[in-house]
Amino acid sequence: MENEAGALSRVAGLFSARGYNIESLTVAPTEDATLSRMTIVTRGSDDVIEQITKQLNKLIDVVKVVDLSEAGHIERELMLVKVRAEGDSREEMKRMSDIFRGRIVDVTDKTYTIELTGAGYKLDAFLEALDKDAILETVRTGASGIGRGDRMLKV
Amino acid sequence: MELTGAEIVVRCLAEEGAEFVFGYPGGAVLNIYDEVFKQNKFKHVLVRHEQAAVHAADGYARATGRTGIALVTSGPGATNAVTGIATAYMDSIPLVVISGQVPTAAIGMDAFQEVDMVGITRPCVKHNFLVKDVKDLAETIKKAFYLASTGRPGPVVVDIPKDVTQHKTDFVYPKKVTMRSYNPVIKGHPGQVKRAVQMILEAKRPMFYTGGGVVLSNAAEELTQLTRQLGFPITSTLMGLGGYPATDPLFTGMLGMHGTYEANMAMQHCDVLIAIGARFDDRVIGNPEHFFQDGRRIIHIDIDPTSIAKRVKVDVPIVGNVKDVLAEMNKLIQASKEKPDRAALKTWWTQIELWRSQDCMKYDRDSSLIKPQYVIEKLHQVTRGDAYVTSDVGQHQMWAAQYYKFDQPRRWINSGGLGTMGFGLPAAMGVQFAHPESMVACVTGEGSIQMNIQELSTCKQFNLPLKIILLNNRYLGMVRQWQEFFYGNRYAESYMDALPDFAKLAESYGHVGMKIEKPEDVEGALKEAFDMKDRLVFMNFITDQKENVFPMIPAGKGLSEMILV
Repeated sequence: MENEAGALSRVAGLFSARGYNIESLTVAPTEDATLSRMTIVTRGSDDVIEQITKQLNKLIDVVKVVDLSEAGHIERELMLVKVRAEGDSREEMKRMSDIFRGRIVDVTDKTYTIELTGAGYKLDAFLEALDKDAILETVRTGASGIGRGDRMLKV
Repeated sequence: MELTGAEIVVRCLAEEGAEFVFGYPGGAVLNIYDEVFKQNKFKHVLVRHEQAAVHAADGYARATGRTGIALVTSGPGATNAVTGIATAYMDSIPLVVISGQVPTAAIGMDAFQEVDMVGITRPCVKHNFLVKDVKDLAETIKKAFYLASTGRPGPVVVDIPKDVTQHKTDFVYPKKVTMRSYNPVIKGHPGQVKRAVQMILEAKRPMFYTGGGVVLSNAAEELTQLTRQLGFPITSTLMGLGGYPATDPLFTGMLGMHGTYEANMAMQHCDVLIAIGARFDDRVIGNPEHFFQDGRRIIHIDIDPTSIAKRVKVDVPIVGNVKDVLAEMNKLIQASKEKPDRAALKTWWTQIELWRSQDCMKYDRDSSLIKPQYVIEKLHQVTRGDAYVTSDVGQHQMWAAQYYKFDQPRRWINSGGLGTMGFGLPAAMGVQFAHPESMVACVTGEGSIQMNIQELSTCKQFNLPLKIILLNNRYLGMVRQWQEFFYGNRYAESYMDALPDFAKLAESYGHVGMKIEKPEDVEGALKEAFDMKDRLVFMNFITDQKENVFPMIPAGKGLSEMILV
């Protein structure tokens, strides 16, 4: 979409007004400073997805819309998790982080903050694998996506 | 040449060929108003409420096809305009609304008369702009007019902070604008059009279902040619009336919740439905499950892709401008060696004539009370079907749509999508400005007319010879009808108490007031009113309180499940 003030609000407003659900949303400028790229994860029947796509295209600020799930694509999300890491559990926590190819980006004598990137289900799996009381705080960015191979979203 | 923002606004409007700007001044727009005063390219019409300014611009746009222009101040001026903007949005009417805003440094500081107009109108405009830099002003206004009038038309709001109207910059009015994110489709896909024509020629029980898109696209001529060369039955939604001549025998009447028996039955039982510039609204389809229990193939022509396949699955969707698509279809059909099945069509028409014989629009013509339907029939007769008719919302609106036979487009001016009471009188003002020599009638009810009654003052100031046809049944008629049918006659808050003496009220504003209480006086009163070519005449018809609008499809029922009189 055009990198204009209010563009994000228009999209968010569209989803809420029409009753579509936003599972996650992420947006940032592209290599072309006049354009920003937004990735939205939503759920619905084929008819609903068709309507959502058309309604988004109708927004004046939106330049192009693509449904990544229609073909091969790569999905990545970033998560920062602050976990309890005291005594015996410190070693275990470091091992968990390595298994999921996470990185420890902050350390205190009682906690680690782990940075993890991957598809949404990998992040979900990591949280599932931990003890519930080990997790102190989580923050996720929401998924970003890009088509595989020659498939490109360009203006 | 260096101009201030205010001068730029006024110059841009002149460049766009503005004839009228409907508005109401206030602090945030004082600089603009100073420039309006100094110029003489367009006329400013001072209304008495910002809602009326937008409705008047809307009425002007509906009656001419040009973009209506309204000018309001910040804060309460802007919020008063919102109902008018939403009305135009729901019916896809091209409008540019300029709203004042507090100075840029004060935005977001809860300043005096500040509202987030862009935020408030976001869901009910085609697009909106907040102009933060005077350098962007001219291009933004050009874009606003371009967006409002192309593709599926709609209202565009331009919010201009007061300091921007003072800053200076070089004025250049762009010859055209291109927006990479906006490219409305004009011509239909040739393959789809061919498929549609094929389906049409093979139909045994075809039906044309036409809507507001025909009027907005100025496609009445193409539609008339198409329908007549095929001899197919045709119906119209509330918004499409006049797109095809209502007095023509191929016209089966309006369809939908208060449509005719024959139109609804034909819509239910056709085998090929050709939807043109209509959106399968809930007032038209009734219960969707019931609609689909009889299979039919559907061709849908619409300029807005989101309208297609939104409520119903279609077999041949065609995205394009109605006028262009119909012209293409006309060419293909004329050139085609195949012709429609004459025998099947004859059988279909015999069935339709049988449905017509129900005479679903009959009413008691022998009553000693004035029947509202009778008033509309006489109105049609006295004006020779040639007037512009605006309406408010309710029973009177339905009777006006049913009994005034519109043979031309842009004559029937009413709020269909939003159903805004208070629309009729200000819209009529806009229409009269557009067509100063024409007869303009506003059909209204006692509830609706009081919502913008202050505009009688505007009418006096500008000498607008409107004829206000008040169908006075001392009830909020449509509400009372639903309460009678579905709420066991519990008339909650639908009785209109403490009504003014409308004739005296009109006279106090300097107009002519009449009260008509007997059926035998109706025709004479109408003739007398329309003979007064330079006076506004307010006609208070005391009608039968018990009249209901028939046919009616109750909520949740199907097209063929109509309640008849």
